[in-house]
Amino acid sequence: MGPVLSENALYRPLYSFLDGLLPESLDWVAYFLTGFAIVFLLVNVLLIFASVFVFMLRRLLGLFQTRLGPNRVGPFGILQPFADLLKLLLKEDVRPREADPLLFTIAPVLMVAPVFIILAVVPFGRNSFLADLNIAVLFFIGVTTVSTLAVFLAGWGSGNRYALIGAVRAVAQLVSYEVPMVLSLVGVLLLAGTMSLVGVVEAQRIPFILLQPLGFFVFLMAASAEMNWTPFDLLEAESELTAGFHTEYSGTKFSLLQLGEFASVIVLSGSISTLFLRGWENPFGPLSWPEVLPSHIWFIAKIFAVLFLLIWVRATIVRLRIDQVMAFAWIVLFPLAIINMFVTAGLVVAWPEPTTAQLWMMVAVNWVVAIVSIVGISFLMEKNRKVPTTTVRLVKVTPEVR
Amino acid sequence: MPYGLGIAKGMMVTLKNLIRPHQTIQYPEERVVQHPRFRGEDFVWYEERCTGCASCAKFCPLGIIRIETKPGGQQTAEGEKYELEVFDIELARCMFCGLCVEACPYDALHMGSGFERGSYRRTDLVIPIEELRTAPKRPSTWFRPQLEDKGYNPFTGDTLSWLEVGRENQVSPTYSDMQERWVNKR
Repeated sequence: MGPVLSENALYRPLYSFLDGLLPESLDWVAYFLTGFAIVFLLVNVLLIFASVFVFMLRRLLGLFQTRLGPNRVGPFGILQPFADLLKLLLKEDVRPREADPLLFTIAPVLMVAPVFIILAVVPFGRNSFLADLNIAVLFFIGVTTVSTLAVFLAGWGSGNRYALIGAVRAVAQLVSYEVPMVLSLVGVLLLAGTMSLVGVVEAQRIPFILLQPLGFFVFLMAASAEMNWTPFDLLEAESELTAGFHTEYSGTKFSLLQLGEFASVIVLSGSISTLFLRGWENPFGPLSWPEVLPSHIWFIAKIFAVLFLLIWVRATIVRLRIDQVMAFAWIVLFPLAIINMFVTAGLVVAWPEPTTAQLWMMVAVNWVVAIVSIVGISFLMEKNRKVPTTTVRLVKVTPEVR
Repeated sequence: MPYGLGIAKGMMVTLKNLIRPHQTIQYPEERVVQHPRFRGEDFVWYEERCTGCASCAKFCPLGIIRIETKPGGQQTAEGEKYELEVFDIELARCMFCGLCVEACPYDALHMGSGFERGSYRRTDLVIPIEELRTAPKRPSTWFRPQLEDKGYNPFTGDTLSWLEVGRENQVSPTYSDMQERWVNKR
């Protein structure tokens, strides 16, 4: 049994069962089968969660708009995502003549694959993870970036102007938001002292959302830009770009692209709840409550709380303009992330091994800094807000001008 | 106001809307209550009142009412009349302007009150004379003040016989009635 499996509550029962069945010389088969079974299970659980999320999204958006949302297919409409999927799979798989065959085909796969790869490092319960990498946060940041490439390949390979514009916007936006996202994580890593996601969860004596309000704000905004969530969903702005990078997609490939988007939202919510909401532990801080619920249930509940927040934002905020999006990344989020990083670093230097009282003092300092800096930036933005002025010029229409 | 406060206000607005009851109507189970004057698709025709004058067909802007008559019919109210052989209304092209109802001198044709005549073939959208004869008589009160004055509602009220829909029993309003209705009530 390898080092990855030794402490793992997911692997151990299945591995010991298979090991007992098989002869001594076939240990590697048991190892392989266990790994395969767990990965298979997790991928399918993620798929089911993606469909649950689609249903939740449509129902909640409906409720936010004082209507009901899908309620016809199955009890309360819970089979709606499956009906949608069935419809998509029955559609003809069209490839435009102008499209690049290889890029057009490879883009949906490249969209889905990184999401499943990220799943490998996210711990979803006590001693339940696929791999406890010691550079998990770095791995997470690196692998999420691959979906940018997928979006760009989809837009470029479609041979469609709107798709290309969407893809170019995607690259500009996603690359810009990488910077505040990574910088906001620095605070968490300084506090945790480790880059392993399991280590980050274990280091949270109180949830890091209390210690890192500014970091949470910046990370939430940057992550919703990363997953093309509504205030930043410029790359598929249907009012101007038909559907952006997936304009030309249909059938199975389109469903793969959609799956990639929704699954990435779930995985990013999972990482938010791991990094800021104490992961699988109960969220009630250092009270050390008795274990009323299994750790997996806490994790799932936190994911859904984050998803609710995201859907709420989606129901409220309208799409920004591309210059506003870029300005938000560089003028608002970037300074906030820098402030957060330096304040956290100062606090960590001041109290390297904080007692509980010192921890709560850190919380107070961080909240004051967060509120002051957010309000300050909002007043600065207000002061420098440029009201767009249009100058009307009268032109005498002569034959030459026309 | 600082930048971004509007977003917080907007979030609260949507949160309030989340707990509000839904404002949409789940159509097949519940329906919008229509006004009694609603101009519906099933025309209500009283054969006893019809003289076969074909005013409706002449006034129809689209020419979708087809009437064929022959001499020799007997009308219940007035005596001798044309006998109707064909009375087709081609609903597929009808725009429900109601000019045929306005044109009818004997209050024989009324707008109906239905709105659910979806169909797979255009030929199914022609109302033949048999259907006009047998359909339940729930006339809309559109352009029929005598029905409106009775307080008749086609969606809740009973079916009306040909004796109840005419304006011949209507007492024309007196000056004081008009004064009351148009001056004092405003």
